Amino acid sequence: MKKFLALLLVAVMMLTMLAACGKKDEKKGDSDLKVGFIFLHDENSTYDKNFMDAAKAACEEMGVEYVQKTQITESNDCYDAAVELIESDGCDLIFADSFGHESFLMKAAKEYEDVEFCHATGTQAHTAGLDNFHNAFASIYEGRYLAGVAAGMKLNEMIENEEIKPEEAKMGYVGAFTFAEVISGYTSFYLGAKSVCESVTMDVKFTGSWYDETKEKEAANALIEGGCVLISQHADSMGAPTACENAGVPNVSYNGSTVKACPETFIVSSRIDWTPYFKYIIKCVLDDKAIDTDWTGTLETGSVALTDVNTDVAAEGTVEKLEEVKADLMAGKINVFDTANFTVGGETLDSYMADVDTDADFEKDTEVIEDGVFYESKHRSGPYFDLEIDGITLLDRNYGE
Amino acid sequence: MADVKAVHKHNREPFVHINKRDDMSWWKAWLVRIAAIIISILLMSLFAVMLTGNSISEIFETMFTAVFGRIETGSYKMLYKYLQEIAILLCLALALTPAFKMKFWNCGAEGQALIGGLGAMICMIEIGDKLPNGVLLLIVAVVSMISGAIWGVIPAIFKAFFNTNETLFTLMMNYIATQIIAYYVYIKGGGSNVIQPVDTGIIPIVSENKYLINIIVVAVITVVLYIYLKYSKQGYEISVVGESQNTARYIGINVKKVIIRTMCVSGALCGVAGMLLVSGTDHSIRTGTVGGQGFTAIMISWLGQFNPFIMVVMTALFKFLEIGMSKVAENAQLNASFSEIVLGVVILFVVGCEFFIRYSVKFRNAKKEDK
Repeated sequence: MKKFLALLLVAVMMLTMLAACGKKDEKKGDSDLKVGFIFLHDENSTYDKNFMDAAKAACEEMGVEYVQKTQITESNDCYDAAVELIESDGCDLIFADSFGHESFLMKAAKEYEDVEFCHATGTQAHTAGLDNFHNAFASIYEGRYLAGVAAGMKLNEMIENEEIKPEEAKMGYVGAFTFAEVISGYTSFYLGAKSVCESVTMDVKFTGSWYDETKEKEAANALIEGGCVLISQHADSMGAPTACENAGVPNVSYNGSTVKACPETFIVSSRIDWTPYFKYIIKCVLDDKAIDTDWTGTLETGSVALTDVNTDVAAEGTVEKLEEVKADLMAGKINVFDTANFTVGGETLDSYMADVDTDADFEKDTEVIEDGVFYESKHRSGPYFDLEIDGITLLDRNYGE
Repeated sequence: MADVKAVHKHNREPFVHINKRDDMSWWKAWLVRIAAIIISILLMSLFAVMLTGNSISEIFETMFTAVFGRIETGSYKMLYKYLQEIAILLCLALALTPAFKMKFWNCGAEGQALIGGLGAMICMIEIGDKLPNGVLLLIVAVVSMISGAIWGVIPAIFKAFFNTNETLFTLMMNYIATQIIAYYVYIKGGGSNVIQPVDTGIIPIVSENKYLINIIVVAVITVVLYIYLKYSKQGYEISVVGESQNTARYIGINVKKVIIRTMCVSGALCGVAGMLLVSGTDHSIRTGTVGGQGFTAIMISWLGQFNPFIMVVMTALFKFLEIGMSKVAENAQLNASFSEIVLGVVILFVVGCEFFIRYSVKFRNAKKEDK
């Protein structure tokens, strides 16, 4: 017992000493504003890392304090996290990054009317009637389209080098869930590729999860075995890029460059840069201005970004071509979802009712085709393009676990 | 010479001697347990100090702010949230206690609570708009208790009649429960694998505090269970069956009946926890609704020596550490899993110290001194 007491005393002494020399690390900003961020995963997920980096950059640039909460599931945990950020951290602006966070964040928004809540990828703000709840997204389909152009040029190069025949130009795509955000993403990617390589087709596989490295890897491998000569993905782990690097199949990535891990196969990656949005909402709160209910970032705002092209893998002239197409997109000369460029069931569409206003029955409520163009992100920031166009084959479907 | 050496070799004692002991007085045993908890907390704080570069007083300050909220705001929301967290974990631990006292190792609190919650969720969605809220709540409560009880009684029946291993059985039932929930979410989730929160059949908010009823319900259960175990005939039967099934049979207790009845109680109480989560706070369900607390509850019940009031203290301590440490980790931008590591270490210490309570360890040299 004596020995034990002695040990205990030593432990206490050590702690007191440590306590005395511990340094204080204050992250005080210029203003009183404090921003709270809620993330679904942590920096291991490319999706969340993209948000986390932007949050850091924006807050440091604007000189405001911030708190980041990671690994918050799409459940009441999100509501609890928001309450904690407000009550124990004193945050005045809350942001959540995942689709399923929305209802729970809205619950908190109803309770704290003087705190501003912003949510990425959500769909309910424009019908919720809450002054302090806002959605945001970006016209990432334009970024995907550009990435698709780079993919199409790579296919052309392969055809020219006689590595494949024109009819073998089949791409593979690993998607998370079979719903509008993913469908809009892969369709714009495909249309981008088709704009330079007429014979291209695409197979899509779904994993039913935003982050499942094994499943994503397996899906990519299955696509490669099925004859796909180029892979892209809309899922958040390194699964698909790694599978491509191992098999030596070119990959168009998402959410950021994977060139370090995949130097032999990475072509280019599109991503949403959230820094402009974060700076915008912080500025709104500082200036006491209203935040847009539905904010859509574009190529102009700098929200839709491409990483540097990996010239070792990409076809010659890719960089120049991307600049040219980007300028055309910005000038409105090219519309990604121009109905002249795709058919559904062999027919060109002249009218389509999309499910824009969220309701339990997924009712189609809004006409989204005007003057021969399907206008994505016009009626709300979150994507609603959910057509299955010709040339793309869905090998499976996955609507959730 | 060689012979002498051989004799020496033969008489060599092992470095440590481990003997079973029954003589440790209760206060000494508690001293060991408290010491184990304190040492583990100090150790983990030390760990936190090294990782974050904050001083130990700052770490405790952060933990207190995270648990009780900022004092200057005068808001009790975080405190109530803390009490709510305690209530749920405590309810699960209480639910396990009658079974444990009977030496029926119910490891299925997670699944029983999930199924109880599912019962509540189905009522809330399917008949939510057809009945007045008071009636609906009553149905929700009954249905979730019955569903929890059914999930608990299945392993009990097999144990009573076929003497199956209840630990494995209840564990397996957890996985089945999780998959049933996953399937239900798939049916009702509509693409986004989240069931949108419903507003029918939810436990009402009393004086702007949405956790108050949950907290009161669990407080009542605590007192009632204490009386049930300590003073009722059924409570006595549970103790006898736990001590020795043969004795129980000899004095005319129907052991099968006691096992089945007790697991009904255990399962139903888990069902209550599930209902408090689904109808009380989440208003939705997912596979992670109980969040592994069904397993932490095993530790709480064990550590509380099956005494509901000691279990209250243990739960408060565990939840304080869990909430506090995750805030420490968050402020230092460590991974959110840090608080789970802390709790894991504390549990390890607590389990480990039981060894020293039950066995005495003597080193070879110490033994020589005794002679």
